[in-house]
Amino acid sequence: MVKVTYIQPDGSETTVDAAAGESVMQVALNNNIAGIIAECGGSMACATCHVYVAEDWLGKTGSRSESEEDMLDCAASEMKETSRLSCQITLTEAHDGLRVHVPEEQV
Amino acid sequence: MRLIEGHRPLTPDSAIPVFDVDPYSEETLLDPGPFYTALREAGPVVFIPRYSVLAVGRYEETRKTFSDHENFVSSRGIGMDDFKLEKPWRPPSIILEVDPPDHTKTRKVMSKALSPKVVRTLMDDFTAAAEAIVDRLLQQSEIEGVVDLAEAFPTTVFPKAVGMKDVNTRHLVDYGAIVFNAVGPDNARRRAAMQRAPEVGGWITAACARDRLTEDGLGAMVYAAADAGEITSEEAGMLVRSFLSAGVDTTVTGIGNALWCFSQNPSQWDALLEDPKLARPAFEEVLRYTSPVHTFARTANLDTEIADYPVPEGAKVLCVLGAANMDPDKWGDPEVFRIDRRPVGHMAFGAGIHGCVGQNIARGELEALLSVMARKVARIEPAGEAVWRPNNAIRALDRLPLKLIAK
Repeated sequence: MVKVTYIQPDGSETTVDAAAGESVMQVALNNNIAGIIAECGGSMACATCHVYVAEDWLGKTGSRSESEEDMLDCAASEMKETSRLSCQITLTEAHDGLRVHVPEEQV
Repeated sequence: MRLIEGHRPLTPDSAIPVFDVDPYSEETLLDPGPFYTALREAGPVVFIPRYSVLAVGRYEETRKTFSDHENFVSSRGIGMDDFKLEKPWRPPSIILEVDPPDHTKTRKVMSKALSPKVVRTLMDDFTAAAEAIVDRLLQQSEIEGVVDLAEAFPTTVFPKAVGMKDVNTRHLVDYGAIVFNAVGPDNARRRAAMQRAPEVGGWITAACARDRLTEDGLGAMVYAAADAGEITSEEAGMLVRSFLSAGVDTTVTGIGNALWCFSQNPSQWDALLEDPKLARPAFEEVLRYTSPVHTFARTANLDTEIADYPVPEGAKVLCVLGAANMDPDKWGDPEVFRIDRRPVGHMAFGAGIHGCVGQNIARGELEALLSVMARKVARIEPAGEAVWRPNNAIRALDRLPLKLIAK
């Protein structure tokens, strides 16, 4: 079991339990986290599950693939160094305590 | 070796349940619900002797098989024919009927041309076209929803977005239907499609040529990728053809099915009027509830398995997306049409690397149309019986008499 915290643009936080193997996107949907829409369901076709990974977690969430970057470039909120598609972050035990920020806009 | 429906006959593992039905009978295509239920109940994977294929319809197995592009390939055709053994009826699509690494290259080009960023630039045009069409239809006492609205809207906005100089509405709509009937077995629908293919296909190929496209459309973006050396100019023409195979008839079907859903569920139209922001999620529910693409196949490219049952190389597997979208184990109350469901993970656009590359533009078109209608239309009422048009891969309406009541 790992804990993941989603931080809304207004600063409010929700911490939920997740299982290793799940994606940060799927966990958000399972817990009705506002602002993670994930229209395409994880096919890397929509950029509506965009998150900003908290800086101290960047080293542990892996790197962005080229197609992920292409899609992030189309996201409704600005792409930053910390931007990820949450469908592309698969949780492991090492992610316990992970913090991600939900952007202002997804569509 | 004698082929069955264009593929090698399959001797399934004896533990795989035999499901002796015809998924392509007219009765089933007109009303697929009972088939979907029976398929899911028959097992996680079943053998259909009539066509010598396997089939999956439970959500988990359908999603897994359909998106497992390593074991279950698309390059051998997404219908009954095994392209390794049987010559395809047209040069295969270089994005739909192909595997990585070739697929990766063409997908990138298409994904860029159809990205959310590009779609945002098209939205004003979509909204203006929707307003003009809806205003005109509100003057009529009755409309035929399929021709007057479901076909009228995409054939107005999509060829323009692509930058087509030649527009033949009938050919554009019918080409998709031909392509999708072609993935079925050798039945009357496929034969009729094949008969029309030379005429319609010839027109389509000609319309995809670079000099038949404007310099500012999606088509030009694809040809620009050829100039940049990412693809050849011949491949660019093939990818523009993919816009037309997969971008017109599918959206027509999506709109027709949406109108049908709302005409049958007036409380859900009221819900949209109350909260027009639900236009996008409403379309997702239309997709889940009606599965415009009901079935595509994959081919096992090596000895593999589904749900622990062995599946031999060469086996065709029907992935019944419509059944997965109605699986109660996944959706709880799948028979209920609820626009606030937000059915993320539905299979209507597929999943994985072959997930519909045009899904953003489809969502854009539907969002524009439903938002305009929510501003102008108080009620959508049936004005006669809705008639479905059986197709080997598409669940679309043939006629949809409606009354649109203005606000």
